[in-house]
Amino acid sequence: MSSIDDALSGREVVWGTDNLFKSYTVARGDVEAAFAGAPIVVEGEYETGSQEQLYIEPNGMLAIADLQNGVTVWGSMQCPYYVHRALAGLFNLPAEKIRVVQMETGGGFGGKEEYPSIIAGHAALLAWKSGRPVKIVYSRAEDMVATTKRHPSRTKHRTAVTRDGRLLAMDVDFVIDGGAYCTLSPVVLSRGTIHAAGPYRCDHVRIRGRAVATNVPPHGAFRGFGAPQSIFALERHMDRVAAAVGLGPDEFRRRNFVHAGDTLAVGQVIREPVSMNTLLDRALALAGYHDKRRRFVEENGTRAIKKGIGFSTFMHGAGFTGSGEDHLASVVAVEATREGVVRVLAASTEIGQGTNTIFSQIAAEALGIDPDDVEVVQPDTSEVPNSGPTVVHHALVDAGVLPSVHSRAEFRAACRRYVDSYGTLRATSRYQPPPGVRWDDQTYQGDAYGTYAWAAYVAEVSVDTTTYEIRVDDFVAVQEVGKVINPTLAMGQIEGGVAQGVGWALYEDVVWREGRMANAQMTNYIMPTSMDLPEIRVHFEEVPYPYGPAGAKGIGELPMDGPAPAIFNAVEHATGISATRLPLTPERLMELMCASPAV
Amino acid sequence: MARHVLRVNGKDHEVDAEPGDSLLSLLRDDLGLTGSKFGCGEGFCGACTVLIDGQLTRSCVTRVGAVAGKAIATVESLAAGDRLHPVQQAFLDAEAFQCGYCTSGMVMATVALLKNTPNPTEQDIARVMDRNVCRCGTYPRIVDAIKRAAQQMRTTTTAVGGQR
Repeated sequence: MSSIDDALSGREVVWGTDNLFKSYTVARGDVEAAFAGAPIVVEGEYETGSQEQLYIEPNGMLAIADLQNGVTVWGSMQCPYYVHRALAGLFNLPAEKIRVVQMETGGGFGGKEEYPSIIAGHAALLAWKSGRPVKIVYSRAEDMVATTKRHPSRTKHRTAVTRDGRLLAMDVDFVIDGGAYCTLSPVVLSRGTIHAAGPYRCDHVRIRGRAVATNVPPHGAFRGFGAPQSIFALERHMDRVAAAVGLGPDEFRRRNFVHAGDTLAVGQVIREPVSMNTLLDRALALAGYHDKRRRFVEENGTRAIKKGIGFSTFMHGAGFTGSGEDHLASVVAVEATREGVVRVLAASTEIGQGTNTIFSQIAAEALGIDPDDVEVVQPDTSEVPNSGPTVVHHALVDAGVLPSVHSRAEFRAACRRYVDSYGTLRATSRYQPPPGVRWDDQTYQGDAYGTYAWAAYVAEVSVDTTTYEIRVDDFVAVQEVGKVINPTLAMGQIEGGVAQGVGWALYEDVVWREGRMANAQMTNYIMPTSMDLPEIRVHFEEVPYPYGPAGAKGIGELPMDGPAPAIFNAVEHATGISATRLPLTPERLMELMCASPAV
Repeated sequence: MARHVLRVNGKDHEVDAEPGDSLLSLLRDDLGLTGSKFGCGEGFCGACTVLIDGQLTRSCVTRVGAVAGKAIATVESLAAGDRLHPVQQAFLDAEAFQCGYCTSGMVMATVALLKNTPNPTEQDIARVMDRNVCRCGTYPRIVDAIKRAAQQMRTTTTAVGGQR
């Protein structure tokens, strides 16, 4: 069993009675009644493939373990306390006998969220048995074959609209392939399900989300966490619905965007100001969309290289889904040394996204001291509290809590006096959800996230009708992510996320053969390099979020959502080919274009 | 096992190794020079880039037996004490990294580029970059860093020339 269809057919059952790891239903209004009276109904089916995180540093772990001292591991990871819990269970040892230390980590993107627990277990068991330190570092092929990747997905849409292009009802069936073990599939499914209806107002919505079991290696966390899959389907589908009612993609969306006070599919009322129209206006203006939309059609004619422009509009929930934040109840501690150095103790890890810089910046700003006087302590479970896993830039949402104080000299003097008189100066803070946030895990209704980031992305492409290669020529990313704490880091997150999104859309193809990855090398699993990427033009609209640290929402995952549908919409504009399955490699585009009589 | 003499960063090291062992593992595990990174093990990603007799070389697919007696330079050779090499300084100034794992390879590739092409065109830079991958996607900043480094090194060279 190596596909979603295999699992759903039920011909063979490998998990429970129905091969379902998890299912959710979001229900709002009366969908069937709305369809019964609808003048226009548009259906579509969309598929996305797996994607390898391909952090350049492979998974690796060093372990020492014996009866007297317990187990200590050092390694590359995103979530030290995940590893800690796994080892405590594996060895049946009390928590204080397990120590997990995160070393400098060469990229993660979700790929070092779950798997480090496995390799830490292997290394620690070997160390225990042999009485010697054990180091395991995966080769690239081992890493690609064994570790978790992005869930493949299939989404079916059925959408009812009025003749003037207002959404009447949305029926969405979203399925992801969890692979052979459950892992984080329920949580990935949850985010994908909640994002499946997007930033649109619709009174009658049904979203069915399912994570199925198959015999391929388990899929897991990857930047975006299920949202890129369901947003790809939705934003491709919205262009087709727009065409069915005879509206431009932008005008159709404008008639359906949510505004402050509107209610999302999960029943969440949008409380903060949101203006999707403003974001879309700005993105389209920066990209020169309207002019190009007209001009490319005129110019393409019989040219071998055809140009197109397309966009996507979307939202991304900040922080953990539903009651996730409450369950984690993350803790961050801050202590000041006698010398006036402020130490931030958090299990949130630096994996390249700038956690250490942001923590220093937030702490320094809150205390009125120089960022150089702040030390972010290396995540070591013997020293830092459990701040929850480093995902969703949750780090940012949770850790920005400090009292405001004095100048540098006064601060140092005060620290010295305090430590001399009373000993350790340390404060601990536990995450508190914003007031009035309610979520019901049973009905899947309520405030799915404290808030959302909002965005409009525009892609311009060239399609070579001789080689079937697609090139992204220009990319505009406009988003509202609350207050931008550090513009350099924030822009870097968007540029990097867009690069990975371009790869997912066009190049990155995990080839499965009998349930095993057949192209587990960098030479045949193709990711974009600088030659493949256009200039990525990043713009922020800043609307400070009152309940985020220093007004921020979270930014790392968002840019993974928008590129793929924007690129596919641009390809349709260039060629008339309405592709529904990613990645859109030259081979796939050739098949589609050869099968299409119109082209 | 055989004894090999390797000239690394201007110093001779006697090492015991199979001739087929990779230079990268020897640099990292025997000599403790961990600036060069393992990424793909097939000479594709560029994280392990070193210079051999001034030429850009992938150390993960370079056999120890093939480099005896040659001048091997790793990223550790660039800084003079606390003073960074202009290319390193340019990467810092441009904030041209996120996780930093590909950075030493990028820096070494830039050093090799600028040695032969002090005034690189966009095309020259793109060619080098196509052989070094950054999964965090910091390419625009890396291009910026390479341009800054080229500018800085040209200025320095002119100044030295002016003193002659």
